[in-house]
Amino acid sequence: MNEKELLVLGIETSCDETAAAVIKNGTEILSNAVASQIESHKRFGGVVPELASRHHVEQITIVIEEALKQAGVSIKELDAIAVTEGPGLVGALLVGVNAAKALAFAHGIPLVGVHHIAGHIYANRLLTEMKFPLLSLVVSGGHTELVYMESHGSFQVIGETRDDAAGEAYDKVARTLKLPYPGGPHIDRLAHEGEPNVDLPRAWLEEGSYDFSFSGLKSAVINTLHNAEQRGETILPENMAASFQQSVVDVLTEKTVRAAKEFNVKQVLLAGGVAANKGLRASLEDSFQELPDIQLVIPPIHLCTDNAAMIAAVGSVLYEQGKRSSIDMNAHPGMDLGS
Amino acid sequence: MNILAIDTSNDVLGIALLSKDQVIGEYITNLKKNHSVRVMPAIEQLMKDCGIEPSALTKIVVAKGPGSYTGVRIGVTIAKTMAWSLGIPLSGVSSLAVSAATGRYFDGYISPFFDARRGLVYTGLYRFVDGELQNVKQDTNMLAKEWAEQLRDLEKPVLFIGNAMHVHEETFRSALGTMAVMADPAEYNPRPGELGRLGMNMPPEDVHSFAPNYIRLVEAEAKWLEKQGRES
Ligand SMILES: [Zn+2]
Repeated sequence: MNEKELLVLGIETSCDETAAAVIKNGTEILSNAVASQIESHKRFGGVVPELASRHHVEQITIVIEEALKQAGVSIKELDAIAVTEGPGLVGALLVGVNAAKALAFAHGIPLVGVHHIAGHIYANRLLTEMKFPLLSLVVSGGHTELVYMESHGSFQVIGETRDDAAGEAYDKVARTLKLPYPGGPHIDRLAHEGEPNVDLPRAWLEEGSYDFSFSGLKSAVINTLHNAEQRGETILPENMAASFQQSVVDVLTEKTVRAAKEFNVKQVLLAGGVAANKGLRASLEDSFQELPDIQLVIPPIHLCTDNAAMIAAVGSVLYEQGKRSSIDMNAHPGMDLGS
Repeated sequence: MNILAIDTSNDVLGIALLSKDQVIGEYITNLKKNHSVRVMPAIEQLMKDCGIEPSALTKIVVAKGPGSYTGVRIGVTIAKTMAWSLGIPLSGVSSLAVSAATGRYFDGYISPFFDARRGLVYTGLYRFVDGELQNVKQDTNMLAKEWAEQLRDLEKPVLFIGNAMHVHEETFRSALGTMAVMADPAEYNPRPGELGRLGMNMPPEDVHSFAPNYIRLVEAEAKWLEKQGRES
């Protein structure tokens, strides 16, 4: 059989990375260009939305051109353009959405709007074929979710955070420990040098719940440090980092394992920026070693952080399922995964 | 020669198509509605009505600000993407200049303005010399009151043009007295046809690095710079 190649351009601008990528047949990365703004936001200790939007406008055509050039693909050869429609920072999303619409209109190419979290999950399809039903643990600066998938393009959120995302808790605790921005990787690194000997809570919530809550843990870290200081005691930052990380990882791992068993899944996919966390990777690997019927997939770090290859990967599947977005597509900062 | 002109820098959404020396199509609305949803369909419809395919475009002209940050960015993003991907030149024109162009036959200075909240305006000073629009005072962001005082000192008639007339008319009139001339509401909207005319012969921008003229720094950045200044 002589199969036609499917070439999809992905565009992602939901936060502080301007990214574009070309994917062949939904699984093969031909290019994956990312312009990170992290250096400009660093001095503010977090992403400044207006600044992010300004950078996106300056980078957008450069990054798209780079992606096409690296892939050796011309605009005319593209079958579809996939773009992150939401969730994310509205001003940032608007740059990607309008660039995608302009490109689609100017060259008569079908347009597919994509959910950012669906993108994170589909980053895994760039490594290995998905086996349904599957479960994905999505952990990033803005999200902590357990997503059940029965088939391509079907997303059921079975658990999500009720307050802070795991990544947010990491950033806040990092600030308390006076670690530089972004804090997640620094806590992860410190945690490996310390002992988890500080008693911190684990928020299991109600029996059977797959939801998460990290704000109590974050407060416990702040209170424990404060109380120790009042008593003139010192808690080594590496021990606090290790204890905090252990608490987060314990809850994430336990709930993921329990859901994987209950839903009888064939695969568990780790997704999102916090998936770069070594502590979390190790803990999941350990637990799933005892469940040989379930395949655990952990993407390499450059596919865990925001990128456009993952957006093109979902876009490829949705395109083949017949999904098309119209030229009046808007950015949806609070978009639901199920919609 | 087919030029597409795009202005989304304020509430006014303006699209024009110019062919040779004619403005063959103009689309204008002055609504507080989402540009992101409406610009591309407006461009698509106007081009269809005018029978011009995207591949037949020879230049894009965009209003580059000042104005609403998000609004300007939508137009500039679309303009950059179309110009780059179609391999055609891009020119950026001051959003205020577009508005000033309406005062072509006024014998004196022209002060187009957009409301920038808290008593502030985006404005600049223009005048026509031998049929050419010239910038007299650079586009700026300042208190309407301060601006009015500067203009009063010129002791020349000034034409004010802008949809925020009801917000600032009193300030301008009380400073300039009879030297203040107010445009008619029919002239408040910046016309995309004027934008196309102003940009048609301008030298092309570097498309990749082209960015809006926001005039103002990002607030967090301004505060940070101020802090650095205090500490050093
Ligand atoms: Zn993300």
